[in-house]
Amino acid sequence: MIAIEFILAGMLAAATPFLLAALGELVAERSGVLNLGVEGMMALGAAIAFITVYTGGGHVPAFIAGGICAMILSLFFAFATIGLHANQVATGLAVGILGLGLSAYFGKPFESFTVTGIDKIAILGLAELPLVGGLFNQDIVVWLSLLFTVALWYVLTRTKLGLLLKAVGENPHAAESIGYPVRLIRVGAVAFGGFMAGVAGAYASTVYTPLWADGMIAGRGWIAVALVVFGTWMVGRVFLGALLFGAVSLGGIAVQTVGLAIPSQLLTSLPYIVTIVVLGIISSNKRLLRLNGIASLGEPFEK
Amino acid sequence: MSEPLLSLRGVTKIYGQVHANSGVDLDVEPGAIHAILGENGAGKSTLMKLIYGVETPDEGDIYWRGERFEVTSPAAARKLGVGMVFQHFSLFETLTVVENVSLLVPGSKRELISRIKQLGTKFGLEVDPLAHVHALSVGERQRVEIIRCLLADPKLLILDEPTSVLPPQSVELLFDTLRRLAATGVSILFISHKLEEIRSICTHATILRCGKVTGNVTPKDFDANQLATMMIGRDMPDLAPAKEVEKGPLLLDVAHVSLPTDDPFGVSLEDVSLEVRGGEILGIAGVSGNGQSELAAVISGETMLPRAADGRLSMMGSDVRGIGPAARRKLGFAFVPEDRLGQGAVPQLSLTKNSILTAHSKGMVTRGMIHGSRATEFTRTCIANNDVRTSGASAEAGSLSGGNLQKFIIGRELMLEPKLLFLNQPTWGVDIGAAIAIRKRLIELRNAGCAILVISEELEELFELSDHMQVLHDGRLSGRFKTSETEPKDIGRAMIGAEEAAQ
Amino acid sequence: MRTFALPKLVRREKASLPILVAAPFVALAAAALSNLVLYAAIGVDPLAVFYAMLIEPFTSYFSFSEVLLKAGPLLLIAQGLAIGFRAKVFNIGAEGQFVLGAIFASAIPVYYPMASGAWLWPSMLILGTLGGLLWASITAFWRVRLNANEILVSLMLSFVALQLLNYLLLGPWKDPAGFNFPQSVMFPFDALLPTLLPGTRVNISLLIALAVAIMAWFFTQRSFAGYRLEVGGLARNAARYAGFSQNGAIWISLLIGGAAAGLAGAAEVSGPVGQLQRSISTGYGYAAIIVAYLGGLHPIGIVFSAFLMATLYIGGDNAMVSAGLPIAAVNVFQGSLLLAYLIAITFVRRRLVWPLRATTETVAQP
Repeated sequence: MIAIEFILAGMLAAATPFLLAALGELVAERSGVLNLGVEGMMALGAAIAFITVYTGGGHVPAFIAGGICAMILSLFFAFATIGLHANQVATGLAVGILGLGLSAYFGKPFESFTVTGIDKIAILGLAELPLVGGLFNQDIVVWLSLLFTVALWYVLTRTKLGLLLKAVGENPHAAESIGYPVRLIRVGAVAFGGFMAGVAGAYASTVYTPLWADGMIAGRGWIAVALVVFGTWMVGRVFLGALLFGAVSLGGIAVQTVGLAIPSQLLTSLPYIVTIVVLGIISSNKRLLRLNGIASLGEPFEK
Repeated sequence: MSEPLLSLRGVTKIYGQVHANSGVDLDVEPGAIHAILGENGAGKSTLMKLIYGVETPDEGDIYWRGERFEVTSPAAARKLGVGMVFQHFSLFETLTVVENVSLLVPGSKRELISRIKQLGTKFGLEVDPLAHVHALSVGERQRVEIIRCLLADPKLLILDEPTSVLPPQSVELLFDTLRRLAATGVSILFISHKLEEIRSICTHATILRCGKVTGNVTPKDFDANQLATMMIGRDMPDLAPAKEVEKGPLLLDVAHVSLPTDDPFGVSLEDVSLEVRGGEILGIAGVSGNGQSELAAVISGETMLPRAADGRLSMMGSDVRGIGPAARRKLGFAFVPEDRLGQGAVPQLSLTKNSILTAHSKGMVTRGMIHGSRATEFTRTCIANNDVRTSGASAEAGSLSGGNLQKFIIGRELMLEPKLLFLNQPTWGVDIGAAIAIRKRLIELRNAGCAILVISEELEELFELSDHMQVLHDGRLSGRFKTSETEPKDIGRAMIGAEEAAQ
Repeated sequence: MRTFALPKLVRREKASLPILVAAPFVALAAAALSNLVLYAAIGVDPLAVFYAMLIEPFTSYFSFSEVLLKAGPLLLIAQGLAIGFRAKVFNIGAEGQFVLGAIFASAIPVYYPMASGAWLWPSMLILGTLGGLLWASITAFWRVRLNANEILVSLMLSFVALQLLNYLLLGPWKDPAGFNFPQSVMFPFDALLPTLLPGTRVNISLLIALAVAIMAWFFTQRSFAGYRLEVGGLARNAARYAGFSQNGAIWISLLIGGAAAGLAGAAEVSGPVGQLQRSISTGYGYAAIIVAYLGGLHPIGIVFSAFLMATLYIGGDNAMVSAGLPIAAVNVFQGSLLLAYLIAITFVRRRLVWPLRATTETVAQP
């Protein structure tokens, strides 16, 4: 019971880095661009945000700075792949390596330092409930992320902008021929994805575990990329996926508190193993992927 | 004479060494149905791209109602009042009709739905606004494209080869729509290479050859032969009439084959039967998107039927269920696919390396290693025997023109000395000279006893080539028509489906 | 009249060989320049870094031998990966396959610490190769049978492999006499690869890597199997049309990549390290991705890029000591090098065309 209570209370916060990064990547992929540099962009955002908070900049500027630095990195990616038709997979890896390197480079003087996180906001009445009460006691970023998820869902499914993004991702040539600036839209989507990855990293390093350590993103950016596939490019499902991974990443600690003798390495591996298994389950449904997939994903757009 | 709506003066567009358009002059009157006539590669599409702002001219000027305009993008062209219906539609399959429309036309969804319905009744363009585009037939998709253009209230509507995707009956419907439109004062630019169509609907015609204007005529004043001469610069060559050949053994036997698709946008094949004997050409007619690619993949082996699948699929007398393309070639099968670049040939590889693709069993591979000189020799022979215009065997496939690449691919497949040859859209996008050369080769082969199966969208081509025809509609294949005893309208009826035709 | 217009990117009729050859050098120059600016920004003397990174590794026999030592595993792994990349099978989990190779190879000396004989190190290399191959086969199975993206699966498996290594070193494989350090027993003499250059740590694995490079050349440039993979990578539909199996291409690509990485991992534990420890995973598997691309995915090019990358590693270590550069600078350099290279090679098949309109307008019509 304690374990469940623990997971319920921490799940949302643990899910937030996954969620924000995955939603950003979702937007980029919906426009037809596969940016595999999420891990690096998150790391850079995390480092910059941490440095900002540590040097007294405060959390709001830290999130913005982290987001913008990651966005600049994503614009390098956009220039190479959208401007010059470079291979998206390889360029994504390059940007990822660059981002990880830069985060370590800038973060080096701050290794193992800590900062204070931010306070939690409880929803009166609900936060006192037994068992599930912890669910309603979260920091402001978590609450804002939930709002953001709903807003993004609305934009993507109910507005012309969402329709346009889907159209560009499905058939960029047709979108161009009816007069839409496909490249510009894609650059915008990639930049948005970069910003969100940076914000996700900022949350990880200044709120969720407010300390800097090289390699602290630990594959969460890659899991975010996988989450977009799990969610078959739909906001609601990506949200559920992020929750699942939030829970799984806490599962390890929860199991240890219960006192089961499972090697800690296996528990650390759990999110990765779950990713592999879920990826297999979702991907084997080819019809589902074809129906919801992005037809032009990863393909360079050339006239 | 009223002031022209659109005028082009001395418009030139150069791609590398090729003058796609040079010094083109054109005047389109308000309310005219104006044909741009020319064979494949004459520069029609380039000209339309210039007018619609997809490309900008290197030289020359475009005037709109007498004023010079630089059309820098499709958006700018649309603002002027130019609408374009593409040959390969610019629709989004995963969106609904009204969503597709809303990307181009402002207004709430409810408003748009009612306007779509209004226009539909006014111009004979009925379509369900809430249907997903992938669920629509090709003809319906064309209607959506036209509606989408009309909702933006265009002054000039460009249609690129609009009839190439339609069964004969629907062509009349489309023409009716166009006449009604022209009567409201909209000018129509009608791009085509089909002479009879142009004579029946167009009020003016500008003829293009090799990027230059070679005539400005009123099409009704000329017969098809005269127009053709203007279009290709010489008389239309006649195909030698096919002589009766004794039918050989049954080389392709397909009976009761069904293949459900797992692609939500694909077509399922249902109970397909056909047979081809030596010395016979069987043509498969039908509007594209009715299962052509699925049927082609089953016959070529790109999609393998499970070994235990129902029905019969045999070549040269052997069962080929569960056998892939390479093994089928060993039986004496050869296949010319629909997509030349990327399927029939790898654009980034040399012609020599492209020879290895299907002809590797011709001594090009020994003990797992490629025998380069043999491949080169093969390629040189292929180039020489098939009049392929290229810089040589080391040229990249992607650098060849469509017609030349097709000649290379067909040549390569013929060098496999097939007993059974299968071609999917053999002359699509190929210039007339090459198309006729290809058709001639096919008839020679048939006369020599080869069994040939041709899938084509061009009815004229099938009537010219085939001994028998079958029609593919919605994944089902009609019975056999003997070409010499069949009228195009019989085929047309089967093309839209027997049930629909009965209505 | 427009005063400003972006140049357009136009396809070339034919790939440009000069640009293909020049691209890595241009990329190196661009990356070096931008990184030196970065060093100057944090107050490190750029010239000192430049000297330490690119010149110093060649100033002594020993430091050059260290370059050769680093080049071995990079060369091996990159050759394997490049075969897959050419076929558009993106195995980016070479790090995990490398670790598994190291673990498998270590199994013999860990369980038979007293073993001796000339058979020992060869069988360790074979076992290691097998380990990498098996680890990669999980990815291949996931991709072929379950249609799962091989990039994500292979990468996740690398994370898992690292945890497996940690588990072994902290648990069952920990050296009982090792003062509780997370490392295995020291390997016996016969488990170590023979030295190639006297007085250095360079061992015969470098020769094996060069031999693999030659085999890779024959495979990619001359063999029919290599041709089939290439066609599959360039045009999947053409491969389907020809009847070349897509699933076969995935299996071959991943197994070759896994085997090469596994071999490199085995050569690492039985070479310079001499025991299984955490520090064997230093990112060779990721660096090899850069090596493969920088070498133009061509076996000969990769030989050069492997040496370049090895130089950067040794030079980076030098710069850390002599110029006070953070070690992460090497990763930054690698990332920007790959990015610059990927940008540069887009011009192999395309060129920039400045808008013609402006020029035609200046030429007055008579």
